[in-house]
Amino acid sequence: MSLATRLKPVVDNWNKLFWEACKRKKLKLQRCKTTGKCFFPPAPVSPFTGLPAWEWVDASGRGELWSFVVFHQSYFPGMKDELPYPVAMVKLEEGPYLLTNLDGMRAEDAKIGMPLQVRFPGGPEGFLLPQFGPAEL
Amino acid sequence: MRDKVAFAGIGTTRYGNFPETDSYGLGCEALNAALDDAGLKPSDIDGLIVNRIPTYERFAEMMGINPQYCLLTESPGRFSGVSLALAAQAIASGAAKVVALVYGNNGRSVRMTYGGGDSEWAPWGMTSPGATHAMMWRRHMHEFGTTHADLGPVAVAFRSHACLNPDAVMHGRPITLDDHANARPICEPLQLLDYCLVNDGAVAWIMTTAERAKDMKRPPVLLSGYARQDAFHYGSGPADDLWYPNLSACRSVYERAGIGRDDIQGLGIYDNFSPTVLFSLEAMGFCKQGEAGDFVRDGTLQLGKGRWPTNTSGGHLSDSYMQGWNIIAECVRQLRDDCGARQIPNLQAMQYICATNIAQSAILRRAS
Repeated sequence: MSLATRLKPVVDNWNKLFWEACKRKKLKLQRCKTTGKCFFPPAPVSPFTGLPAWEWVDASGRGELWSFVVFHQSYFPGMKDELPYPVAMVKLEEGPYLLTNLDGMRAEDAKIGMPLQVRFPGGPEGFLLPQFGPAEL
Repeated sequence: MRDKVAFAGIGTTRYGNFPETDSYGLGCEALNAALDDAGLKPSDIDGLIVNRIPTYERFAEMMGINPQYCLLTESPGRFSGVSLALAAQAIASGAAKVVALVYGNNGRSVRMTYGGGDSEWAPWGMTSPGATHAMMWRRHMHEFGTTHADLGPVAVAFRSHACLNPDAVMHGRPITLDDHANARPICEPLQLLDYCLVNDGAVAWIMTTAERAKDMKRPPVLLSGYARQDAFHYGSGPADDLWYPNLSACRSVYERAGIGRDDIQGLGIYDNFSPTVLFSLEAMGFCKQGEAGDFVRDGTLQLGKGRWPTNTSGGHLSDSYMQGWNIIAECVRQLRDDCGARQIPNLQAMQYICATNIAQSAILRRAS
């Protein structure tokens, strides 16, 4: 299971809650209380106001494929078996982008603009990494 | 600041694999070449900016320089242009009279990889500047109908220039559009010939007031204008606007320099990856957004063929990746008619363009 040999996320005070939610198969985002806009990666303040006025919300887990690449070069020993592997840039319904991977589909079938849905098929010990696959209709 | 500051000396080392030295040794070699070019001694330097050299103190100690202005700038290549601007501001404000800017890199011999390690996106395998550019180029292809083949004329033009430059790493190794199309994939949609060449080497510039430069050994090259606009709102990932708005804002460089696009004969474009050349041409208004593939197809960037000879040394793709420092050095050399077989004829002004989150452009011209 290759997700098990991925690098562990660097957990800090701002993204701790995001990763805890992932463990429960929930995608959470910070939402600016002033503008109502969501942002990612997690931060101490809203980038829209510079103020610490934000709250955690449950994201829908839906998004669309904005772009993607396929790595042929090995940078991470734990991902060698996965080469060549895709990395997808997904624009979440709430606005922010995630850089993530495709699950349950091949890069050859990826089409920019296609709807995707989050799933949590695995991750390094103690983590579940959000991945994205075809949205269920 | 128009035409107040000038380049008075340029020095470059060979580029390649030199495990017998390091970034200090290479930096000293480049600085000595630049001092010699300007007709100066280390004691004439009262400002020092170093880049990719571990510490400014040790470098200054080695060269016997005790300046009144000194700093180490950040390592990404966008800081070549930033360093240029800092030096110009220091000179224009009187903080220093003669500034040496020294870039030294031994990335090849120490097997430096631009990727891997812990980062925000490492758990998903996302890493390296090449992947960021690949992601943006795929989006460009989707939005504007461009293709990987549109990058071919960029790689081929710069390689043809390297073949005119005996010092270029890829001298004597011409490529065709087919070679570009068939190169092995690194991070799709980008392939090997879309990537720059990591090498050991160093570049040094000496900058001073236009007035002082007049009395030095070589003809001065004036910094006529500089513009910069940053954009840091990308969630530490690829730029969803392809840096178009912030680089477009740098079109103010023409007004600042008092030189229009029609009065410029050649370009130096930061080409860490081939797509940045097309991003640069579009955002600076050489063609409409989405049309740069058509714009470069018939050899527009190729010396002796097109209107806009670009990266005449071979650039990062075919000379060496010296992170903008060698691109700017080439602009200066062109403006001094130093370029032999790759000289742009009837040259008055050159424009440097760098498409990144710190977008920049500079216009350099002959003093007379």
